[in-house]
Amino acid sequence: MAQERKVKILVAKPGLDGHDRGAKVVARALRDAGFEVIYTGLHQSLEQIVESAIEEDVDAIGISILSGAHNYVFPTLMELLRKEGMDDIVVFGGGIIPLDDIPGLKEAGVKEIFLPGTSLEEIVDWVKENVKPREVVL
Amino acid sequence: MADEKIKEAFDCWEKDVYAKEVAKHPERMERFSTISDLEIKPLYTPLDLEGFDFLRDVGFPGSYPFTRGVHSTMYRGRLWTMRQFAGFGTPEQTNERYKYLLSIGQTGLSIAFDFPTLYGRDSDDPFSRGEIGKCGVAVDTLRDFEIIFDGIPMDKVTTSMTINPPAIVLLAMYIATAEQQGVGPDKIGGTIQNDMLKEFIAQKTWIYPPRPSLRLIRDTVVYCTNHVPKWNTISISGYHIREAGATAVQELAFTLADGIEYVKMGIEAGLDVDAFAPRYSFFFDSHMDFFEEICKMRAARRMWAKIMKERFGAKNPRSWWMRFHTQTAGCSLTAQQPLNNIVRTALEAMAAVLGGTQSLHTNSMDETWALPTEEAVTVALRTQQIIAHESGVTNTIDPLAGSYFVEALTNEMEEKAWDYINKIEEMGGIIPAIERGYPQKEIIEAAFRFQQQVEAKEKIIVGVNEYIMEGEDLPIDILKVDPEVERVQLERLKEVRSKRDNAKVKSLLDDLRDAAADEKENLMPIVLDLVRAYASIGEIMGAMKDVFGVYTDPGYF
Repeated sequence: MAQERKVKILVAKPGLDGHDRGAKVVARALRDAGFEVIYTGLHQSLEQIVESAIEEDVDAIGISILSGAHNYVFPTLMELLRKEGMDDIVVFGGGIIPLDDIPGLKEAGVKEIFLPGTSLEEIVDWVKENVKPREVVL
Repeated sequence: MADEKIKEAFDCWEKDVYAKEVAKHPERMERFSTISDLEIKPLYTPLDLEGFDFLRDVGFPGSYPFTRGVHSTMYRGRLWTMRQFAGFGTPEQTNERYKYLLSIGQTGLSIAFDFPTLYGRDSDDPFSRGEIGKCGVAVDTLRDFEIIFDGIPMDKVTTSMTINPPAIVLLAMYIATAEQQGVGPDKIGGTIQNDMLKEFIAQKTWIYPPRPSLRLIRDTVVYCTNHVPKWNTISISGYHIREAGATAVQELAFTLADGIEYVKMGIEAGLDVDAFAPRYSFFFDSHMDFFEEICKMRAARRMWAKIMKERFGAKNPRSWWMRFHTQTAGCSLTAQQPLNNIVRTALEAMAAVLGGTQSLHTNSMDETWALPTEEAVTVALRTQQIIAHESGVTNTIDPLAGSYFVEALTNEMEEKAWDYINKIEEMGGIIPAIERGYPQKEIIEAAFRFQQQVEAKEKIIVGVNEYIMEGEDLPIDILKVDPEVERVQLERLKEVRSKRDNAKVKSLLDDLRDAAADEKENLMPIVLDLVRAYASIGEIMGAMKDVFGVYTDPGYF
């Protein structure tokens, strides 16, 4: 029986938004919880994020965005993943996102949006529940 | 000796009264600490101020070491400037918001730019997609500035511009717009943030590596010292350091360490310290821990005065002054029960006033959701007016001086900040420290520690980890930026490019590349020529990128 590999998560900061406190704190909490975490650093284009996700063969992408560009960022990211046939990667996110925008983002394929004030425990538990190592196609 | 008597009485109280009570009824927590985790004792007495020297440590307002404020009459003479940071969407919308703010009693403007502008990119840059006009106003060329300031007399208002890597370009646009209104550079007043060191430490809006970034700051400082005498050339900022998760002591220490570097820079550029240092100003955060913030501000003024007088030998008292702007803490606001944010902001604003700020921005209750609505901004400004006119705290100067607790905490924060500064000096100053990732790593540690304290409920945030309302409806309206903004902005940029003298822009950009390659050249005059020729911010910053290269995020976490 093949050994189940660790869940691998890419934490990413798309575009020009430099607010990285949340991304870093969440990345660290996920790492401490035993997941393998890759942090892209700031100022990544969506293409770069998808490329890193493929290269690192991650199971999930966590996007942090506080600039107001979420309605562009998430649907475009989902579209790029679909094009690459990688839409089984779980995408979740957080940041400054008005409630009214959340249904649209979920419709676009985002699995969960975490708002300010969410506890790290809640995020870790959600990842445990919702992200499984992707099946490797041989 | 009086102290011995007090000591005896204190020991007696502690043992016979306090300890007995605690044994019977334990206190609510084992350890009490500030929001930055400085331990706080149950009681402060003269014993905590051993060696206290009133004239040396506190003294008089408007006099060295300025612990009590930089002005001798403080708010009895003139209230602080109420300066709300604003700007969104198109230049037209921002112009309208400014006229509104001026009409309701605001006394200075403060421009928020959108992300593409903050990074020196044009609206038609692929990286700008989805960001145009979102976090602030979009500016591509001088044309946008002409619209923002249409009908606003630039000799009458002062303007603070939160802009860093492209500060040289926006300053040039401001000067050029004022020129069109017939207002010369010696008549305009305002501030550019222009503080790249804190960008590398905390806010992360960077383009070029640290050293060329500092060179651009040098060029603006030298130019303004000679031609724009009323301009505040650098707003040395602790705000972003704090918001990124630093403690109050870290905010204090890293900000002053940055300040030291900027003074060294001016001196190395050949300027007399007293010619440029009076135009440096500071910018602090005012967080939720009331006394910690007040003490931070008092300590900051005293430390800066010492640095300028003793270390740099400045002779002009204005060089010893730490003048600062304060903004209430965005990171203290909660998305849950947003009306509570009005109360948080009021407390933070009160601390800033008791700390002796020169200008203040109060955050709006809805900023954890989006940019503020007009109603929310009005309440935020009214908060300042209530403090100024109703609370009575402005009647006397530095009313908390002499409090055993306030003086002891001021001293403690100063000592702890010197420890950091000395450590940074041992590394060779803040630039090598940044290159090693030292302040960045200290901040992320502190941010993580705070989050863990919140998770463990060692720190309570009302509505977040205690007093939660399940199934809460959001009781406030949210501002939406019209997606039309993007189209309008792109169209205007296209139009400007089609009408200007493109051959001239191209040749000026070549000149800029040549000048950038010569470290001794001051780039300000040529940037001014480019702006007047309607070159775009992306073109100007891009040309320098060819010479300076780019900085990439080391991504510590």
